[in-house]
Amino acid sequence: MISALADFLRLLAGSMRDLLPIILTVAFFQIVVLQQPFPNLDEVLIGLVFVVVGLTLFIQGLEMGLFPLGNDMAEAFARKGSLLALLAFAFCLGFGTTVAEPALIAVSAEAAKIASEAGIIATSEEARASYANSLRIIVALSVGMALLVGVFRILKGWPIYYFIISGYLLVIAITPFAPAEIVGIAYDAGGVTTSTITVPLVTALGVGLAQTIRGRNPMTDGFGLIALASLTPMIFVMIFGILV
Amino acid sequence: MEMFTLFLDTALATFTDVLPIAAVLLGFQIGVLRQRPRNLSRILVGLLYVLLGLTFFLVGLEKALFPVGKAMAQQLTNPEFIGVAADATVIEWTSFLWVFAFAWMIGFATTIAEPSLIAVALKAEEIAGGSLTAWGLRLAVALGVSVGVTIGAYRIVSGDSLGLYIMAGYAVVIVQTFFASKTIIPLAYDSGGVTTSTVTVPVLAALGLGLAVAVPGRSPLLDGFGLIAFASVFPIITVLGYDIVSTWFLRRKKLKSEITEEEVGQ
Repeated sequence: MISALADFLRLLAGSMRDLLPIILTVAFFQIVVLQQPFPNLDEVLIGLVFVVVGLTLFIQGLEMGLFPLGNDMAEAFARKGSLLALLAFAFCLGFGTTVAEPALIAVSAEAAKIASEAGIIATSEEARASYANSLRIIVALSVGMALLVGVFRILKGWPIYYFIISGYLLVIAITPFAPAEIVGIAYDAGGVTTSTITVPLVTALGVGLAQTIRGRNPMTDGFGLIALASLTPMIFVMIFGILV
Repeated sequence: MEMFTLFLDTALATFTDVLPIAAVLLGFQIGVLRQRPRNLSRILVGLLYVLLGLTFFLVGLEKALFPVGKAMAQQLTNPEFIGVAADATVIEWTSFLWVFAFAWMIGFATTIAEPSLIAVALKAEEIAGGSLTAWGLRLAVALGVSVGVTIGAYRIVSGDSLGLYIMAGYAVVIVQTFFASKTIIPLAYDSGGVTTSTVTVPVLAALGLGLAVAVPGRSPLLDGFGLIAFASVFPIITVLGYDIVSTWFLRRKKLKSEITEEEVGQ
């Protein structure tokens, strides 16, 4: 009990250290540069306590819950030995976690607004909603595909940089053809798809697979799923922009 | 009371976000794998911690960081603060030095606090076997975000093409890939994707929009985006760069000690 408490306190101290740069930055600009008092200082302080406690609980939960879960599922799939089931799981995980991602919903609504103002689609509510919905489905499909391909790559032991470099070259090749309005959104879409719960789970899954399958190295083969999941949305969104 | 409603709302939103993931996991667990994971109760408690932790984290950010950070981004890009007339048609990029300093520091600071990056760094440290520390990786990534966001802010001011900058970044990554150690490459690529989530995105979005509104001739819709893309490419460059430099130093040190050993042998 005492050692558990000591562990928790150590994590708490770690979280405070993680937040120190933000506190210093905000305080410096508020006091030295903008020379303004803090509005609602008491609320800010309570908020900071919440952030520290939240980060500590999250990290504790990672080690207890998300990491072992991803790892166990990787082992179970490897033991079962069904390629189809594993690939289906990878696709569903990518699609399922992305389609409801709030950051993505916000970005696609923004994109629909831009598209209608640029005259690409009609200015009606329905046109915007259907544009935003298709965009969301496409990004989710692309993340599903990314995880499917990424898991297959781990099984085969192919180097990740083949995929990433060809992906980059594809992005470079498509960019000049995509409408200027969509390029910024497409580039940002890559960053918003990977949420705080998906990342640890997917990382544990990849590393777990690489650890279970003989001949795979967790460092060279286990990582890379997140990179693929942030690359494919850019390509898919730009192609979507060209076609619509 | 207001705080309590915010907490409940955030908790509800976090749980709803997790529903699709939970459905996929449960579906495959019951339908395909058909076995209970080991330590099921411990895992469930851990998942509860994750959800509760994220809720506290988000509510805290909403209370403490986001209002101040967003207000700051707006004030720093305000024509009055920059010291030019509101209807000026051309503003020198040097007028924005405080904005660049803010971009640099807030990019670093929010990345250090980013939970996704902490998760990947912990996992990497666990399997790297002493050759890499979680803290070292996070510092390298945070430095990359600093550089990226600052260049991204400069691009909004200068009005250069976003595609050109990002392509140049990719070109650097591709060249670096040929020189970096095989073990770091996948991790470096991954660290590009995890930098931009819960903490970083809202603040960067506010900064990008504020800048695009403040600089004459920029459209917030067209130029406000793209900072996140910068924050995803540049960490790859710094992590690969860190590996290339440290390997080079290690090799030189080894070479030197071999030479002195030979001298001693003679």
